[in-house]
Amino acid sequence: MAEFSEISKKEIEEILNHYPTKQAALLPVLWVAQEQFGWISEGVMDLVAQTLDISPAHVYGVVTFYTMYYRKPVGRCHIQVCRTLPCALMGAESILEHLEKKLGIKEGETTPDGQFTLSTVECLASCGTAPMLRLNEEYRENLTPEKIDQLLAALK
Amino acid sequence: MDYVLTKNFNVPEAYRIDVYERTGGYQSLKRLFTMKPVDVIEEVKSSGLRGRGGAGFSAGLKWSFIPKDGKKNVYLCVNADESEPGTFKDRSLLELDPHRLVEGVIIAAYAIGAKTAYIYIRGEFDLPHTRIKAAVAEAYQKGYLGESILQSGFGLNLYVHRGAGAYICGEETGLIESLEGKRGYPRIKPPFPAIQGLFQSPTIVNNVETLSVLPYILMVGANAYRAIGTEKSTGTKLFSVSGPVQRPGVYEVPMGTPLRHFLQEQAGGMLPGKVLKAVIPGGSSMPVLNAQEVEEVNLDYESMASKGSMLGSGGVIVIPEDYCMVKALANLGRFYAHESCGQCSPCREGTGWAAKVLARLEAGKGEAGDIDLLLDIGRKMTGATICVLADSLAMPMASFIKKFRPEFEEHLTLKKCPKG
Ligand SMILES: Cc1cc2nc3c(=O)[nH]c(=O)nc-3n(C[C@H](O)[C@H](O)[C@H](O)COP(=O)(O)O)c2cc1C
Ligand code: SF4
Ligand code: FES
Repeated sequence: MAEFSEISKKEIEEILNHYPTKQAALLPVLWVAQEQFGWISEGVMDLVAQTLDISPAHVYGVVTFYTMYYRKPVGRCHIQVCRTLPCALMGAESILEHLEKKLGIKEGETTPDGQFTLSTVECLASCGTAPMLRLNEEYRENLTPEKIDQLLAALK
Repeated sequence: MDYVLTKNFNVPEAYRIDVYERTGGYQSLKRLFTMKPVDVIEEVKSSGLRGRGGAGFSAGLKWSFIPKDGKKNVYLCVNADESEPGTFKDRSLLELDPHRLVEGVIIAAYAIGAKTAYIYIRGEFDLPHTRIKAAVAEAYQKGYLGESILQSGFGLNLYVHRGAGAYICGEETGLIESLEGKRGYPRIKPPFPAIQGLFQSPTIVNNVETLSVLPYILMVGANAYRAIGTEKSTGTKLFSVSGPVQRPGVYEVPMGTPLRHFLQEQAGGMLPGKVLKAVIPGGSSMPVLNAQEVEEVNLDYESMASKGSMLGSGGVIVIPEDYCMVKALANLGRFYAHESCGQCSPCREGTGWAAKVLARLEAGKGEAGDIDLLLDIGRKMTGATICVLADSLAMPMASFIKKFRPEFEEHLTLKKCPKG
């Protein structure tokens, strides 16, 4: 079974101080788990459930409700293109098409070498600098096809 | 005009506590601790401040619903989930001036008697999360948080809690459920959070912008705040403007500013070659305005209502003449269908069905009667659900069809989108 690292254990100990119930620590502890393991497998869900004295079924229900907990491994570069109306008005569709062509994958897929995963997401509160995407944990804004080319070249 | 919320936006590194203090930051606490909590509530009531999260309910009045018997812990939750399409003002506040929010949190917590507060921040906010966490740590170090703040005897613990991707967690009871470690399913109300909220205890949920106004009100007093804006919509407000305008971004203007003026002066007018067709004035959940209405309406709650729309979160989305309104609405249909939490069947089925009909209309595969079908779906899901997400699609849908019906009919007769 999966085990938390010493660093993760320390973080979890601190997190538990913030709440009167253990269950309330579930989202933050899942973040710690995703940081350590990269994604949330069933084994990791069991570990989290055990750590917080809650049922694995509850953990599963929560993990599947939120979009940001990964239930399978993602590429080293996770490209998340915003497609909601304000971005769409500024050409989000052509940005996505360009990425699909350049990477040779469709939205929702990962390149065979595991380098890139391409996703679409809803409004990331960056509509004034549309079109935009989130690359792992960083926003890239005011995109053009040329900027995408530069970005991909730097990431290859 | 005094800038209430954006005065530090151009101050380099105002997110650092020493810089913030040099701009007069945390000064309002001196006055705060000379006041009784009820007097703080009265002052905020009298300022006319209305919640900036979307509903526009009096902030002071909402606080006054917290029971004063002191029997249970009271909690304050900061709504930093900002996910309403077209809205990006809270992100600016968190990135550029996070200590203003921390100072506001201390004021609100003192007023309602909360000893614990949580900032619920959306999971995708990377830089805002870094900035607010650093600000909270600095505030603890300087004695603005923790036990007996500035030797006042009042103590407050403030924690940052990161969400994980779900629009519905911006709804205040969805937020509370999520904070308790559950799916973000909105609760049936009553009981309202002020009576039974987080951990079964009295709770106030306030938006980032609402709380960030408080230091100003304490410093200058309710009268000075009320002197800005209109009689019923007092003060300034942040507006996020997006779409093909010259200067999209976040701007602070007094309530009551004519929208036409705002679009020209702040947003800089349309990009070359673009003509304004419509504006969604308050985030994507609000009814759309046509070009004529844009000329006539002001940026305040009452004026928006008189045109059948709402100020909402202040997300001003500008749609140009060359963008298809069916495509625009289909995009929103997809968004709300995706974000429905699925608890109530009128919302789950209604948003899903509307999204499907809109997609086929857009593709030129619509069937006779589809337009009225959409209106009917909208009517059936309005007011029939636990939260107002269902209305948030029904309202734009009804207004898009009412004001731009010919564009919808064209898709039926031409069997394709005329804009290609
Ligand atoms: C579907 C839905 C989503 C919402 N999203 C947000 C949000 O992202 N941020 C926010 O402050 N309020 C949001 N609200 C409004 C909150 O329910 C609540 O009214 C608000 O946080 C109260 O704060 P205020 O009184 O300071 O405005 C949302 C409401 C609904 C129905
Ligand atoms: S109206 Fe929709 S989003 Fe709101 S509680 Fe019901 S199903 Fe969930
Ligand atoms: S619509 Fe893309 S960031 Fe808001």
